[in-house]
Amino acid sequence: MAKTHITMKVNGAEVEGLVEPRTLLVHFIRENLGMTGTHIGCETTHCGACTVDIDGMSVKSCTMFAVQAQGSDIITVEGMANADGTLSALQEGFRMMHGLQCGFCTPGMIMRAHRLLKENASPSEQEIRMGISGNICRCTGYQNIVKAIQYASAKINGVEFREAAE
Amino acid sequence: MIPGSFSYHRPASVADAVKLLSDLGEEARPLAGGHSLVPMMKLRLATPAHLIDLHGIPALKGISRSGNNLVIGAMTTQHDLLASEDVAKSMPILHEAALLIADPQVRYRGTIGGNVANGDPGNDMPALMMTLGASYRLEGTGGARDVAAADFYQGAYFTALEPGEILTSVSIPVPAAGHGYAYEKLKRKVGDYATAAAAVVLTMAGGKVATCAIGLTNVHETPLLAADAAAAVIGTSLDAATLKTAAAAAAAIMAPAADARGPVEYRKHVGGIMVTRALQRAAANAK
Repeated sequence: MAKTHITMKVNGAEVEGLVEPRTLLVHFIRENLGMTGTHIGCETTHCGACTVDIDGMSVKSCTMFAVQAQGSDIITVEGMANADGTLSALQEGFRMMHGLQCGFCTPGMIMRAHRLLKENASPSEQEIRMGISGNICRCTGYQNIVKAIQYASAKINGVEFREAAE
Repeated sequence: MIPGSFSYHRPASVADAVKLLSDLGEEARPLAGGHSLVPMMKLRLATPAHLIDLHGIPALKGISRSGNNLVIGAMTTQHDLLASEDVAKSMPILHEAALLIADPQVRYRGTIGGNVANGDPGNDMPALMMTLGASYRLEGTGGARDVAAADFYQGAYFTALEPGEILTSVSIPVPAAGHGYAYEKLKRKVGDYATAAAAVVLTMAGGKVATCAIGLTNVHETPLLAADAAAAVIGTSLDAATLKTAAAAAAAIMAPAADARGPVEYRKHVGGIMVTRALQRAAANAK
């Protein structure tokens, strides 16, 4: 099958590549671009580990072809740190609140939470839980992931984060 | 899991898309949000030789008014529906049902056209479209035609779409002001298809049901309109005996498959409960 030349912006940098139409976006990101922060979990659109941000939308990159991302603006977990290399509010939240155990789901969780907080900087606990309902974690029971996102929300809004009483 | 090889086409107009579909024949499939088709391709249960991606056609996206109808372009996503104030105000059941489809990531990509055209009995929008009296615009190289949602579904994955046709928009009459509504969906977890679901749109007058339509999801190889159940509640105040009669009338037309969501009797039983709950909630929020 003939390959197609594609170009897109990933974490602010113009990238290009030659792909077969059947190449999934997640494979292009991991194998062609060598950016392995985006994980492949279930490969069946359920787990959300492969979530990236495309043109302001959270997308499961295992369920989109790379050719469909032609001309788009993509952010992956590699693009999440602040410009000076320090951790972003979300990354800091996951660290401070211990929002991960094995860490496999974390890139997808952070990318989904990134868009969630862009759309609603002060989500309720229920809105956070519904907002990350397309991301599966098999370790944490989600409690600390929710706290991590609440931490980031507080930091973005410039207020002190207080954990709710257990 | 990597799909089989295919050629990728990205037409810029509906005319180009239907011409491609017609020229390439049975080996070609239109691609909308892709959240049903791409997983099937990865499992090699679908192996189209050509994919015709509809994302390059701006005319297929958007929500507009035409008389008393809301006209929704086929490539309008569930996320777009949820963001629409017009939908939330004039057709809140559509907002409610869209929020019960899959998960946030899928709703950014999943489209109303793909949801209704695929013919998957597990999809939520088809029964809702039947309940609301919607019609679908189908376009082919020979022109366009409108088919009522109630006449569109022929079997699991079999619809009134002819080879070479694309569903381009959905037209939904706006329900009467003050109508009551509810979409009750029983599912095992967020993102799952319904074990059983019921859509109700009704109007009340003097404490009694004046008009009522009931749709059923995933309890038959096609979505269903529960006409007998709806007729049974007209003129009543939805007392316990009436609710029981309506649930039984709805269950009588259900023929669900036994699967991981439960055996046949269970799914019919909870289907009746979804009808009861939807009727009660719709009556309560009617004005």
